[in-house]
Amino acid sequence: MSDLKSTGPQTADAPTPEDALHEAAAYAAREQVHAPGGPADGPVLAADGTPLKRSLNRALRRQKMRALALIAPLLIFVLLTFIAPIADMLFRSVENQIVSETLPETVVALADWDSEAGAPPAEPVFAALYVDLFFAEAQKLHTRLGTRLNYEKTGVSSLFRKTGRRVGRFDTDTYTDQITALDPGWAEPATWVAMMQNNGNRAALPLTARAWDRWTAYLASEGDDPAKEDIEDVLFTTLYLDLVATGGSGAADARIAQAAAAVGGFETVTLSEQFAAADKDWLDPEVWGTIKAFAPNYTAGYFLNSVDMQKTPHGIEARPENQQIYMMLFKRTIFMSIMITLSCILLGYPVAWILANLPTRTANLLMILVLLPFWTSLLVRTSAWKVMLQQQGVINDTLVWLGIVADDSRLVMINNQFGTIVAMTHILLPFMILPLYSVMQTIQPTYLRAAKSLGATNWTAFWRVYFPQSVPGIGAGSILVFILSIGYYITPEIVGGTTGTFISNRIAYHISSSLNWGLAAALGSILLAVVMLLYWVYDKIVGIDNVKLG
Amino acid sequence: MADTSSNDAFVEFERVQKSYDGETLVVKDLNLKMPKGEFLTMLGPSGSGKTTCLMMLAGFETATHGEIKLDGRPINNIPPHKRGIGMVFQNYALFPHMTINENLSFPLEVRKIGKSDREAKVKRALDMVEMGDFGGRRPAQLSGGQQQRIALARALVFEPELVLMDEPLGALDKQLREKMQFEITDLAHRLGITVVYVTHDQTEALTMSDRVAVFDDGRIQQIAPPDELYESPQNSFVAQFIGENNTLEGTVKELSENLALVELDDGEVIDCMPVNVNKVGDRTKVSIRPERVEFQKDRLQEGAHLLKATVKEFIYMGDVFRTRLSVAGNDDFIIKSRNAPDQVRLKPGEQIEIGWLPQDCRALDA
Repeated sequence: MSDLKSTGPQTADAPTPEDALHEAAAYAAREQVHAPGGPADGPVLAADGTPLKRSLNRALRRQKMRALALIAPLLIFVLLTFIAPIADMLFRSVENQIVSETLPETVVALADWDSEAGAPPAEPVFAALYVDLFFAEAQKLHTRLGTRLNYEKTGVSSLFRKTGRRVGRFDTDTYTDQITALDPGWAEPATWVAMMQNNGNRAALPLTARAWDRWTAYLASEGDDPAKEDIEDVLFTTLYLDLVATGGSGAADARIAQAAAAVGGFETVTLSEQFAAADKDWLDPEVWGTIKAFAPNYTAGYFLNSVDMQKTPHGIEARPENQQIYMMLFKRTIFMSIMITLSCILLGYPVAWILANLPTRTANLLMILVLLPFWTSLLVRTSAWKVMLQQQGVINDTLVWLGIVADDSRLVMINNQFGTIVAMTHILLPFMILPLYSVMQTIQPTYLRAAKSLGATNWTAFWRVYFPQSVPGIGAGSILVFILSIGYYITPEIVGGTTGTFISNRIAYHISSSLNWGLAAALGSILLAVVMLLYWVYDKIVGIDNVKLG
Repeated sequence: MADTSSNDAFVEFERVQKSYDGETLVVKDLNLKMPKGEFLTMLGPSGSGKTTCLMMLAGFETATHGEIKLDGRPINNIPPHKRGIGMVFQNYALFPHMTINENLSFPLEVRKIGKSDREAKVKRALDMVEMGDFGGRRPAQLSGGQQQRIALARALVFEPELVLMDEPLGALDKQLREKMQFEITDLAHRLGITVVYVTHDQTEALTMSDRVAVFDDGRIQQIAPPDELYESPQNSFVAQFIGENNTLEGTVKELSENLALVELDDGEVIDCMPVNVNKVGDRTKVSIRPERVEFQKDRLQEGAHLLKATVKEFIYMGDVFRTRLSVAGNDDFIIKSRNAPDQVRLKPGEQIEIGWLPQDCRALDA
């Protein structure tokens, strides 16, 4: 049994599933030793005749369940407080219900409009927009929609805000006046309440019925009674439009038939003119194209935006040169993260080596020095670099005093990439040193001695024997440093200036300043995907099994 | 047995001293000459300086004073990788990230030996330790004994004339250890290499070596072939350290060329071989091997001196009986008797008389 246990780390305490696996692996290895010819015939059977694999699984199941029960509290905690919010946040990168929820009639009416025709849509679309905007304005939703669409086309925000103020004062009271003149009963809310309870009426007046439902829902949300509120012009407008369209056929009320007979002679209001009067941009097909392009519930718009593309009424195209910023930021973030990781390896490797080869007492003392930065605030450390690196700072002063640099040509070392790399290397260095140190500690010095006794020079012994064994530490440290730096925010914000900021600074900007959460989510998703891709590549090349933290 | 008086020593330590802290000497004035082809074991308790000596020879430690010569050439200032000495480490130190083949071809690669040559040599070395089928594996996939063989093959693959082994069998179980002891000596003699072997296991030292150097307190206490070491220890440390030994303390009463009369502390006087006593009146420790003590009168030689003894304990050990006696105030006097059909089994409390030949009873330093 003793030589079977040599394939993995063994613990002195009670057996774990891990032990069983090691043992199984050892058995497998021994099988190979004894039968080098090829695989054994058929599966190995346990004493009771069941395949050994199955009985082993059964034996391990209880242990697995127990292990699961032990991690369950943390798992649930993480799911609720971490995974779920992140999933929700990432979901925002494609979520786009705001258009279809705010402008439901318009979205439907726009379906038949050809955005390539170069003309604004026909009157019914404006009528639908009128209905939608009326309710949006009542619920103060039109500004939000304007903001959303403004991400895609500038000027839409003010267009919506401006039109929202005007939509209640459109000349549609012409219809109100003409219809109430036919029968004063139309002005009574009770008439409408009764009329809209009849399915025949509703079928005859579909647009009105939908508008009425939104009206009553809105009043209900305000705590008002539909039977007591005055009927708005918008409902008379929809009534007129319905009567013109359907002729009121199938309606139960005589009042409807009477109105239907009369509408032919009504004085009409052209809603497109009303909108154009409010803002002539409504005649711009680009505006309508944008609305139509972003009508679906889910959109790739944010993601396109994140890679400097845009979804226009004419399809997907690159953004104008002067608006392209995200690809550059992504590239810069990755490039600088790689630079930071490399500097951390270069600076951290010798330190870890020294630490691992010193006597424990001295090593512990030095380890405190390595960890010391952890105990100071991140902001303090970053600000200290500002003091060090700025043009009137310590380093420049020293260089000038030494005469290496002229006073009028002080080095620019901060608010650029150099400053960010220096400060972040300093801050992330412990994350490189610690895994390196713990891996190096496990490399016995006899390996180096053995290599030298076999004839290797110091360098060959290091490069062929020591270094390969320390690669897992470099891998672990690099993954830590790279992933931390790719999403770093505070330090680039403080010392990065304009050329040294990361994509995360842009994400933060969209989260807290521009409030374009969808774009922030899309950028974040891409960042996550990049990290996972790199992780996958790393796994393919180096192998994630080779990552050791100690 | 190797010729110990040879003048052209292959390995030579000349007045070598070593101190780590500048205050105490770990190795004190070491002088040692080893002829080519000898299997020399450095034996001693831990901290006796034997491993330090080995490391100085390998080049991992520098001698504080004195000179180490290899084949007549001082090597004090030659770095380890240029000494061309093969070495087997206690924990084998097989490179875990390389396969067995890569491990073995490493010393050949750094010597810039061509690929086909390398492969041939690696194969030969693997066959030599009967591990020919294991070249593609990694060290972690081998058992301790297999790793041990690979470590041996790696130390031999570049054909060094001198191989150092630092407690190479320490991690193996008893049976495997005995098998490997035989294999190592066999291989060493077959290849004609010179071996310096460090161990703290005296059985290993006695069974494997041409000569054994017993270390204690930074000095070689005695350097001799195994039989001589066991039968004629030069001082009481060696007598105690090698094999089982009974010690009786006393004072020298009379001293001549080959006989010393020693008065034991309880007044008994016995005949001894004077080995390490200088003059009458010196305190001495008398050493007798347990298997040389007889208690059956018919087996004792005429004129043997008899001492009274009380049986304290009888232990049955299979091939031998081990009996603890109380003799001349020493309650830990052990005798061993072979388990033969006519052998007597002593009972605790029994009063007996024991005796031995004067030449088996050695008067050593106190």
